[in-house]
Amino acid sequence: MRELWRHLGAGLALCLALGAAARAQEAPAPQAPEARLRVVASFSILADMTREVGGDDIRLDVLVGPGRDAHTFEPSPKDARALGAAQVLVVNGLGFESWMPRLLEASGFKGRTVVASQGVAPRHLSEAEAARDEEGHEEHPHDEADAGHGHGHEAGSVDPHAWQDLGNGVQYVQNIAQGLARADPAHESAYFARADAYIRQLRKADAQWRQQLAAVPEERRVLATSHDAFGYFGAAYGIRILSLVGLSSEAEPSARAMADLLKQVRAQHVSAVFLEHGSGSQALRQVAAEAGVTLGGALYADTLEQPGQDASTYLGMFRWNTKQLLAAWQGDAAPAQ
Amino acid sequence: MMHLWDLLVQPFIDFGFMRRALAGSWALAFAAGPLGVFLVLRRLSLMGDAMAHAILPGVAVGFLTAGLSMTAMTVGGLVTGVIVAVLAGLVSRLTPLREDASFAAFYLVSLGLGVLLVSLKGTNLDLIHVLFGTVLGLSAAALLLVTLVSSITLLALAGMFRVLVTECLDPLFLRTEGRIGAWAHMGFLLLLVLNLVAGFQVLGTLMVVGIMMLPATAARFWVRSVGGQMVLAAILGALASYAGLLVSYYADVAASPAIILAAGAAHFVSVAVGPYGGLLQTARQIRAGRARLLQSMENDHA
Repeated sequence: MRELWRHLGAGLALCLALGAAARAQEAPAPQAPEARLRVVASFSILADMTREVGGDDIRLDVLVGPGRDAHTFEPSPKDARALGAAQVLVVNGLGFESWMPRLLEASGFKGRTVVASQGVAPRHLSEAEAARDEEGHEEHPHDEADAGHGHGHEAGSVDPHAWQDLGNGVQYVQNIAQGLARADPAHESAYFARADAYIRQLRKADAQWRQQLAAVPEERRVLATSHDAFGYFGAAYGIRILSLVGLSSEAEPSARAMADLLKQVRAQHVSAVFLEHGSGSQALRQVAAEAGVTLGGALYADTLEQPGQDASTYLGMFRWNTKQLLAAWQGDAAPAQ
Repeated sequence: MMHLWDLLVQPFIDFGFMRRALAGSWALAFAAGPLGVFLVLRRLSLMGDAMAHAILPGVAVGFLTAGLSMTAMTVGGLVTGVIVAVLAGLVSRLTPLREDASFAAFYLVSLGLGVLLVSLKGTNLDLIHVLFGTVLGLSAAALLLVTLVSSITLLALAGMFRVLVTECLDPLFLRTEGRIGAWAHMGFLLLLVLNLVAGFQVLGTLMVVGIMMLPATAARFWVRSVGGQMVLAAILGALASYAGLLVSYYADVAASPAIILAAGAAHFVSVAVGPYGGLLQTARQIRAGRARLLQSMENDHA
């Protein structure tokens, strides 16, 4: 039934988008006086990076805006129109924007596509988990027996959430700057100057938080959450990840997965369980209540907050997530939400 | 033997969420099964499905105004459910349009409205949890709501039993007797909406219909009396909940579809071997009839 719904919705959206695209072709929009480069970013985190790099030299639209879920996004005619008029499209790649090919077709986008994750070492779920198990065996020979159970993970499928490692974030920014510069050579130096300044910020923040996180004793550095979006984060900052459901934020957990997570939470003396922002996972609340552990603050995985709030930028998201983790691990739990 | 006992009971001893899930789905099954029996009797088996869609706009409005608040969504669902039930009932009583057609019209309108409202807000992730329930993450408030609704439903059904049975079997008689039939019918629809709204906490608005209809259709093949069917439907629903949770635990699959499929298995077994109209029984009767015919022909010859 859910599938049916989604298909209905997607079909409808596609029809509308096609209609809009057809209309756009009939009457080509008069050349706007706007001389700025028109850029579309696929989701809010990329949009923030692109804004940092492009500054006032670009006009930026975002498809999956702040607070919206890229997994269940359904393009609207407005999105198709924005994309059709754009000269540059910034996407994450790694299979994150599964709805993009159809939208591209519907919009008649003719510009340049920048794949922000290009050059990032992709993390395959099975490999990474195997690696984590090996690592774990050296320091924790006793408690790895049932860690790393695949809950709906397809072996070998790529984890797209590469921006959760600030090192990858630097690569993203470089890719975006290069893409913008190629599309708009007139402002090349401005793009690269802003990118360099931003990268310095990212590197500084990375070093600072890496140090703070490393100060927490290793056995406390466990992130138990509902959505396996923190694989890169865990790998980069030495945090073990326990997740309730697989990569898809839609999947309903099985009783087995709940029981496994509970056993791990108990066996490994996990001190806090973290919700993902925007998914009021009742199941995870139940796990926290039953294991008697703190419910940590909500983490941001693949969306930002509306402007003006704590996690409304890429760096702000990192700051928020790190703060929640540190607060919970150091004992004084932050209030949820 | 001890081993089997461990397999069947240990998950519920070890994990509180399993006990909660079992309690919630049993409470739901006890009330929903008997309601389903009446729906089957009145040939309104698809109405549960229609009503499940009808409460969607209310749930969506509750969600849009107050976020993931259980109270807001419950009240919203209740309001639209009752509005649709009353309007559809009125239309079918006052015009020649039959009740099923009337419900179909109303539920399609509410479905459209519901989807439209959901699309107003970008994240439909939470609402998907509402549609498909969180049987493994039942909060204390949700558990209380389901149990309360279940108790009310059973008491009300007991009180209205006679009227409802008469209404099912001989609606014309009640219509000549005055308004009591109409009131009973409205009361019944209200109970239906109540259960669907409470059930979305457990199995989600779409699957709650399964725990309502499947045990009822299965029970029909085993018992003749309406009361017996109601008791059996409740028991079958409870067994299906238990079996589904165990399957979810051992086979690592999502819980609410497992429960519904367990109820579905009970349904198909009943269709096959049930003593009242089951396929096996029917085949045996046909064979017996043919044998009797042959016998009588031979007797005629003699």
